[in-house]
Amino acid sequence: MAGPPGISPPTEFAGESSGGPSKPNPEASLIRKFLQSRGSSAMTDRAFGGLMLVCALVVFGIVALILFELIMRSRLSIAKFGLSFFFKQAWDPVSGDFGALPFIYGTVVSSFLGLLIAVPLAIGVAVFLTEMSPRFLRGPLAFLTELLAAIPSVVYGLWGVFVLVPLLRERVDPVLAKLLGWTGLFSGPSYGIGMLAAGVILAIMILPVISSLTREVMSSVPHSQREAVLALGATRWEMIRMGVLRNARIGIVGAIILGLGRALGETMAVTMVIGNRPEIAKSLFAPGYSMASVIANEFSEASDDLYLSALVEIGLALFIVTIIVNALARILVWAVTRGATARAV
Amino acid sequence: MSDYAATGIAILSTVLVVAPLVAIFIYLIYKGASSLNLAFFTQIPKPPGESGGGMANAIFGSGVLLLIGSVLGVPIGIAGGIFLAEFGRGSRIANAVRFTADVLNGVPSIVMGIAVYSLIVLPQKHFSALSGGVALGIMMIPTITRTTEEMLLMVPNSIREAALGLGLPNWRSVLSITLRTASPGVITGCMLAFARVAGETAPLLFTAFGNQFWSANLNQPIAALPLQIFVYAISPYDEWHRLAWAGALVLIVLIVVSVALVRYVTSRGVLKGAS
Repeated sequence: MAGPPGISPPTEFAGESSGGPSKPNPEASLIRKFLQSRGSSAMTDRAFGGLMLVCALVVFGIVALILFELIMRSRLSIAKFGLSFFFKQAWDPVSGDFGALPFIYGTVVSSFLGLLIAVPLAIGVAVFLTEMSPRFLRGPLAFLTELLAAIPSVVYGLWGVFVLVPLLRERVDPVLAKLLGWTGLFSGPSYGIGMLAAGVILAIMILPVISSLTREVMSSVPHSQREAVLALGATRWEMIRMGVLRNARIGIVGAIILGLGRALGETMAVTMVIGNRPEIAKSLFAPGYSMASVIANEFSEASDDLYLSALVEIGLALFIVTIIVNALARILVWAVTRGATARAV
Repeated sequence: MSDYAATGIAILSTVLVVAPLVAIFIYLIYKGASSLNLAFFTQIPKPPGESGGGMANAIFGSGVLLLIGSVLGVPIGIAGGIFLAEFGRGSRIANAVRFTADVLNGVPSIVMGIAVYSLIVLPQKHFSALSGGVALGIMMIPTITRTTEEMLLMVPNSIREAALGLGLPNWRSVLSITLRTASPGVITGCMLAFARVAGETAPLLFTAFGNQFWSANLNQPIAALPLQIFVYAISPYDEWHRLAWAGALVLIVLIVVSVALVRYVTSRGVLKGAS
């Protein structure tokens, strides 16, 4: 008896193997397999399955296409500058000398600044929502944090330019300069726009990503863990710390890395508040530039081929880094959310 | 003692997270509503310095781009989801597709913009509405594939078996029974993807490019609402800032309404009724 089109019987019966947060699928009955494989429509069935397979394979096609196009268009710059492209500070379209270091610096610093602000808050929110919040608040608060994720980047940018930047310039920056000016991180003139503004706006944007995934991971910790710790006489906080957070830590790290991936590739909001100046400055008040912003700002004006291919090479670097970061994050999150079943097997 | 401290910190961080959201919404409504008027929906942008004008062409352009994106992204996305849930369950290739779709979801949208620019705009030598729509469509595919799969997996197997037992061929059973049963969920998934790309600006910067005038030609640059908001927000004119706020309010209302709708439909558990 032939298997249903597109499935090989052994894997079907293996039930869930590795894979996403899918529900464990009940095994198909023998009757169903018989009915599926019978009769005159087997050909059409096979064709239909094949068509669906082709559509599913489109995602591989997209990745391959992006990679191919980016490598093709950045050949010129790769050939001319080689690896030194990523370690050079020069960005001079007129004389045709390009180095990506200021943009890499800007992307890395603003993203880590964003994480630094967002991670404690996100974990705090997740702890509150899963373990402490009264039931009637849980739904609306979860909905609000999800709404934060639905706001488009350009609207965050608009808000950043007209609300956050003046607020930083007039209220926050003077205080920071007075208190922490001695570190050198908060010195110099404050324009409002700059690395600090980019970090804050990124923090607001990646918060919902981190907190919703952390919540998911925390609620997948079995209740027996909580009860066991409580039975030993722990207070609620000790229960959360030892029973929940410790068990969920790999998944939380995954959520943080996923947030990092978002921050690295964030374009519009950062472009609008980071200041767009290709310089490396120690002070967080100083304007900077990020990899995504330089592409957004200069791509359609890039006059000659070398300029364009240098920008595409920055895009290629961004693509590869975000692919790696996201893959890593997914693996970590999956390891926890399906950890229970994996351990049982 | 530390128990109280921890509770306090958790509550404080929740307040800190909700605060910017509330601030953003208050500002949007306050600034946006005061500059929304009929002209915003009926007129095209005026040159800088002149007051008035609207974003009618940008709203229309966004509609065109989203239509192209949906025509490309929705069928492929749903078909991919059908493969994952109905044909490839547990197989290695399905796992690879699922993983790649998740990873693709995290690829910065500006990179999609470059890829489409190099695929369509460079060979054609001009910006076009078509390329913008293709960029949006590509971005919709992984999201729709994953949500469709999740929704189809919720359909109980007994329904599939009942359909086959009545003598339906498998493809008929998948399309008119399983997919039909899961359709509320699948539609909400498509709307989520739609809402997500509706606010995308970065991939349109050098594909659709923007246009100050009416255009319905797919081979010409076309205006888009998020693009127009961006251009106006970084311009030095107060009048344009006003329009940017109004545009952001319109965009947000569109998106929030669809997200809320999605949440309402999924929380009502349309699918649970089937089992």
